[in-house]
Amino acid sequence: MAHSSGRSLAASLLLIALASVLPMVLQPYGIYLLSLWAVYTIAAIGLNLTLGFAGQMSLAHAAFVGIGAYCTALLGAHGVPFPATLLAATLLAYGVGWCVGYPALRVQGHYLAFVTLAFTTLVFLVLRNEAWLTGGIAGISNIARPRLFATPTAYLRLCLAALLAVSLAVWWLLRSPWGRAFIALRENPIRAMSLGVDVRRYTLLAFAIGAALGGIAGAFYAPLVQYIEPSPFALGFSINLLMMVVIGGAGYFLGPFLGALIAVLLPEWLRFLHDVYLAFYALAVILLLLVCPTGLLGLSERLLAQRGGRPAERADA
Amino acid sequence: MTILNGCSFDVARAAITTVIGPNGAGKSTTFKAIFGLLPLRAGCVMLDGQDVTGLTPLQLIARGLCYIPQGRNIFPELSVRENIELGGVALGRAAAMRARVDEALDRFPVLRQKAHAQASTLSGGQQKLLEISRGLIGRPRLMLIDEPSIGLSPLLVQEVFATLQDLREDGMSVLMVEQNARSALEMSDRAIVLEGGRTRLVGTARDILADPRVARLFLGAEIELDDTR
Repeated sequence: MAHSSGRSLAASLLLIALASVLPMVLQPYGIYLLSLWAVYTIAAIGLNLTLGFAGQMSLAHAAFVGIGAYCTALLGAHGVPFPATLLAATLLAYGVGWCVGYPALRVQGHYLAFVTLAFTTLVFLVLRNEAWLTGGIAGISNIARPRLFATPTAYLRLCLAALLAVSLAVWWLLRSPWGRAFIALRENPIRAMSLGVDVRRYTLLAFAIGAALGGIAGAFYAPLVQYIEPSPFALGFSINLLMMVVIGGAGYFLGPFLGALIAVLLPEWLRFLHDVYLAFYALAVILLLLVCPTGLLGLSERLLAQRGGRPAERADA
Repeated sequence: MTILNGCSFDVARAAITTVIGPNGAGKSTTFKAIFGLLPLRAGCVMLDGQDVTGLTPLQLIARGLCYIPQGRNIFPELSVRENIELGGVALGRAAAMRARVDEALDRFPVLRQKAHAQASTLSGGQQKLLEISRGLIGRPRLMLIDEPSIGLSPLLVQEVFATLQDLREDGMSVLMVEQNARSALEMSDRAIVLEGGRTRLVGTARDILADPRVARLFLGAEIELDDTR
């Protein structure tokens, strides 16, 4: 199940196009939420590549987003222009992600989740305690946006453009022999080896590319919120990203788009519940996963199959 | 642990060479060693006069080798087409991969019909053909195929063997391990008898089939051979 058909690409492009015309009818807060959706989606696409396509369990993605965000904020504070900070954040996250991949050569599944969880905690502690570099719990404020994209609507369009570029790149990657190798790795590493897949290299690549996308998301997150401190990049965010991927449908190209939408919108819809909103949020997520354990796209595929039609995702493999 | 010791043979071009031997003789180990999945302590593997010892599977595929392991090697959750595409991961280019997948599907119309079906819905024989077609994506000159008949009904075994013969006509060399010694030797050009990690006999398939020592090497093989004679 590669789930990277032309239709899922078309659907994702439609979502991005829709998001780019929505600002006309939205309040500033809506524009902020939409930008956040774009940023979360980029990060979730990264995790979906590592987890959904290459099958490597990772709770390290919050740390990669954090690394990207801090890299952008710190370099930006020294006057480095945004394109350069974006590149630096991407490369730094790629390099760190490659290193985080090494444990995955030895441990898999739950054990790998623990190792990557420890990494996220480690990065969080560094961000909090190394105040000379990161500003500690006070964080970094007044993060500038690129001059041409300073207004909320313009910045939203920039985030959407980034999401568009990431979507096209990942779609191309998944349909290339590289993407097939990731899927072979997820399905059965031993069989993948007999097909000439360098299991070691692709495991590391799965982490590095997933991490680089996390870094890109971080680079766009910092100027969006304009103030960062360590807590958004703690373990909770890793689990939130994991939830986006799983709810959307792990291993589906379109999954992160839907998962991130739910992660951004559901708390807003439940806002009227005030203090108990988190309990209901949890309940909603649990119910969603009980009804569709393979995610929203897994459910839609099942329903289509039941109606006798071929699964939409596979119409042109 | 040393498994192979004194194992040495040649594989003829555009011919089917079958390796037979009792369980534990080191047949599958030989294949894994050739394909770079197991380290060699001593000895070498030559391909077209070039030393390919210690190369990775990826490098060997690039040099025209392909390996189809024993048992079920498909990815059951993926579609037939996706399975074949996985044979192209070593190619590196998406366009080349897709073109060759179409070639493979042309060769096996039964797979073309089911290109979008989940691979687990194929019959056992079709699954074997799927593995062979996947191996062909790299345009191999030598195919290593380990016990293609395992778990297949006699009719399907004949189908798989016929496919291998077709590939031989196209100029591909086949090195095959078979438990199903008699029917494998009947369609082979050359044969190798392996026992205890050593090559015992090497010769034409016809000679090996007729050799009384072969019958003695395999416990119970004598009866089987006498039966059908």
